[in-house]
Amino acid sequence: MWTYAGRRLLLAIPTLLGASIIVFAMVHLAPGDPIAAVMPAESSQAEIEATKRAYGFDKPLPVQYLVWLGRVAQGDLGRSIATRRAVILDVRDALANSLVLALSSSLLAFALGVALGLLAAFRQGRALDKLASAIAVVGVSVPHYWAGIILIIIFSVQLNWLPAMGAADDPGVLPYLRHITLPTVALALIPLGVITRVVRSAALDILNQEFVLALRAKGLAARRVFAHVVKNAAPQILTVLGLQFGFQLGGSVLVEAVFSWPGTGYLLNLAIFQRDIPVLQGVILVLATFFVLLNLAVDLLQTVVDPRIARH
Amino acid sequence: MKRVVTLLLALVLSLSLTGLACAQGTLRIGMTASDIPYTGGQTDNGFEGFRFVGYQIYEPLIAWDLTRGDRLAPLVPGLAESWEVRKDQPTKWVFKLRKGVTFHDGSPFNADAVVFSYESIKKKDAPHFDPYGSGQVSFRLASLTGVHKIDDYTVEFETNKPTSFVPYQVCYMLIVSPAQWQKVKDWRKFAEQPSGTGPYKVTRFVPRERLELEANKQYWDSKRRPKMDKLVLLPMPEPTTRLAALRSGQVDWIEVPPPDSIPQLKGAGFQISMNSYPHNWTHTLRLDKEPWSNKLVRKAANYAVDRVGICKSLLNDTCIPATGVVYKGHPWFGKPKEIYEYNPEKAKALLKQAGFDASKHPVKAVHLISTSGSGQMLPLAMNELIQKNLKDVGIDVDLQPVEWNTLLTRWRAGFKTADNEGLNAWNISWNFLEPWSGFGRFFHSKAVVPVAVNTMPYINPEADKLIDEAERTFDVPKQNEILARLHELVVDDAPWIFVVHDQNPRALSPKVKGFVQPQSWFVDLTAVTVR
Repeated sequence: MWTYAGRRLLLAIPTLLGASIIVFAMVHLAPGDPIAAVMPAESSQAEIEATKRAYGFDKPLPVQYLVWLGRVAQGDLGRSIATRRAVILDVRDALANSLVLALSSSLLAFALGVALGLLAAFRQGRALDKLASAIAVVGVSVPHYWAGIILIIIFSVQLNWLPAMGAADDPGVLPYLRHITLPTVALALIPLGVITRVVRSAALDILNQEFVLALRAKGLAARRVFAHVVKNAAPQILTVLGLQFGFQLGGSVLVEAVFSWPGTGYLLNLAIFQRDIPVLQGVILVLATFFVLLNLAVDLLQTVVDPRIARH
Repeated sequence: MKRVVTLLLALVLSLSLTGLACAQGTLRIGMTASDIPYTGGQTDNGFEGFRFVGYQIYEPLIAWDLTRGDRLAPLVPGLAESWEVRKDQPTKWVFKLRKGVTFHDGSPFNADAVVFSYESIKKKDAPHFDPYGSGQVSFRLASLTGVHKIDDYTVEFETNKPTSFVPYQVCYMLIVSPAQWQKVKDWRKFAEQPSGTGPYKVTRFVPRERLELEANKQYWDSKRRPKMDKLVLLPMPEPTTRLAALRSGQVDWIEVPPPDSIPQLKGAGFQISMNSYPHNWTHTLRLDKEPWSNKLVRKAANYAVDRVGICKSLLNDTCIPATGVVYKGHPWFGKPKEIYEYNPEKAKALLKQAGFDASKHPVKAVHLISTSGSGQMLPLAMNELIQKNLKDVGIDVDLQPVEWNTLLTRWRAGFKTADNEGLNAWNISWNFLEPWSGFGRFFHSKAVVPVAVNTMPYINPEADKLIDEAERTFDVPKQNEILARLHELVVDDAPWIFVVHDQNPRALSPKVKGFVQPQSWFVDLTAVTVR
C-alpha cells in the first residue's frame, strides 16, 4: 500500500505542473494584464509600460513561467500584485475559510444525503422515496449561486435574521456561525442531491442482490439487514463523498462570491478580475494539490473498507 | 419532525439576535472596490481609494472643500496655509506649511515630511521610494520636478514649465509620516500601520476584508474633528451584495446602489444621496477614419441619442443628460453653439447633408464597450438604447462588449493596433476634476497616445492654443473663461458622443445623519453621525 501511495504521489507532480501551465497560459490568453489592472484608468500607455518593466512582465511568457516555477520550487509563491502581500499568506487565510465552509457544507450534505438516500431505498416507491428523490433533483438542478441569492433575500433582507455577506467581524463562535449558516446551506445543495441519488441507487442495487434475500429468509432482523446493506454500499458512497468534498473545496467560487465569503473561491474570483497572476497561480496550485491528495486518501480508504479492491 | 423544525427555528433566531448590538457612532461603508484600497500613502483603486482611504487617513497640502453641495468643490488650504508662484520665476511655487499638526504616530508635520513624501513618489533612487504608490499617483503630479525645504515650515516646488495647474496636482500628493516609515522601513509594513495627519486613523486591517478606522481626536482643524467614533470600510464589488448588506443592516452606507433598487430603497426608508460631480459617460470617437472623421456625422449622432430617456427610464434619474464634456452650471461650460437635444429629424438631415442615407448608404461603425466597470454605470443596457437611437436615424453601430480591464488595456494602446484597427469608438467614462483630466489629456495634440490618452486623435491647433493659454493663466476666473471657450470649441467639434453625467448615487441607512454630498468624487465624513 505504501509503494502504491508513493507512486501516486509522484504522479501528482506532472499533474500539478500541467495544471499550473494551463492556468498560466489561460491568464495570458485573456486580454488585459496585471499591471493595467492595478494602475489608474487615467494613466497612459507609457506609464503602464514603465511599471510593467519594473515588475518583469515585459519578459517572454516562458521566461516568466520558469521564473515563477523556480521560486515555487523553493517554496516561495511570490507576492500579490494588487496587495503586495505574500501569496502564501493570502492563500493560507483563504484556504482556512474555505476548508471550514467545505467541511460544514459537506457534513450537512453527507448527513442529510446519506439519511435521505437510505430512507428512499428502503421505502422504494413510497411517498418518502418520492420526496427524497424530489429533494435530490432540486439539489442538483438549482444553481447554488441563485439559491444563495434567494437565501439572502429571505433570511437577510426580509427577515433580517442572518448577515448577508462576509465572514464574522467579531470574534466568538456565535458570530461565526451566523455568518457561515447561509453559505453552508447554499453550498450543501448540490452534494446533497448527488449523494442522495448515489446512496439510493447503491443501496437499491444491494437490496436486490440474492444474499439480501438469503439474509431475510434466514429471519435476520430488519436492522441487521440494514447494517449489511450499508456496509456493502459503503465503498461506493465513500468515493462519492470524497469527490464531493473535493468539489466543495474548489468549486465554491460562485457561492463565495455571492456571500463574499473570504475563501479560495472568492480569492480566485478577485485574482481573475485583477489579473493577479501570482495569486491565481498560487491558489490553483494549492487547490490542485489538495484534490490530488484527497483522491489518494479516498482510494486508500476504500481499500481499507473493502479489501477486495486492494491494490498492490 | 415538528420538534426538529422548532429547534432549527430557535437556533436561527438565537443566532440572529446576537447581531443586533452594535457600537454607537460607527459608520460601515460598502465600497465598490474589490479590495481595500492601498493604505500606504499614495492609494490605489482610483478616486474611490482617495475618497475613503487616501483623504481620510492622509491629507494633501491643498485640499478640497467638501462641506457644501451647492457649488463645485473648490481647492482650499490643507496642510499648507498658503501658496504662491514666484513672480520672477514662474516655475517655482512657495508653500507655507501649517504649524502644530502631528501625524497619527505623534511625530510633527513639517517641511521634511513634504520632501519625504514627494521623494517617495518621484525620486527613484531614494531608499523610501515606493514604486507601487508612485505608479498610482506620479502621473497626476506630471509637472512637478522637485521640491526643497526653505525652512521647517516653508517648501518650494519646481515645475518643468510655468503652469497654473500646480494646485490641481499637489492636491493628489498625500503627506505620509517619515517617522513611521523610519520605524518600519518598508512600504508594505507601513501600509499595515499607516500614519498620516487625516481625520481618521487605522486601527485594524484585515486584507481583502475590512479596514477599521477611528476618529483622530487630535485632528488639527477643530471644526472638522470627526463626530462619529469609528469608520469601517468593506469592499463589496457585487452590486447585489452591497444592496443585501445594506438592507440586512450589515452596513449603513453603500456606493452605487443598482438603479432599479432605488424606488424600493426609498420605500423602505433609506436615504438616496445624489449630486452632480465631474463625471461624464461618453463614446470617444475615432477621428482619422470614416465615418466619425466627418463632423456632420458626429453631430448627427449627438442629436440622435435620447439622453433624457436613458436617465429617466433606465437609470431612475441617477444621471443627467450630457451635452458637452462638463455640465451646465460648471465654470467651464461656456455658451456652446450646439445644445445636443434629442432630435432625430435634425440628425437625419445632418446625415443627408454629409452624404449618407439610412437605406442606401447607412453609416457603419464598431464600438468597443464594457460589460461593467468603475463609473461605467449600466453599460450594456445604456449602449443597447443608444444603438437603437442611432439605428433609428441611419447609423448602424455594432457593439463589441468586453470585460472592463480588457477595454482599458485596449483603449490605452490607441486605435492603431492590430486588435483595435477595426474599431471606430470606445465607451469609457471620465472625470474632469481639473483642466488636464478634463481637456488636456484628450484634446491636446501633444497628448496623443502613448504620451497620454488622446486616442482619437483630436488635432486642433486652436484647442492646443487654448489649453496652453489656460495653463499659463494663473488667475482662476480668467483661466475658467479660457477653458469655457475651449469647451465651446470641443462641443462644436463633437469628437465624442456626449451621453450622460452620473449623479453619484449612494444609499444611506436612515440612521446616518449630517452627510452633505458635495459636487466632487470625494466626501467629507467628519460631520456624519450614526445614531
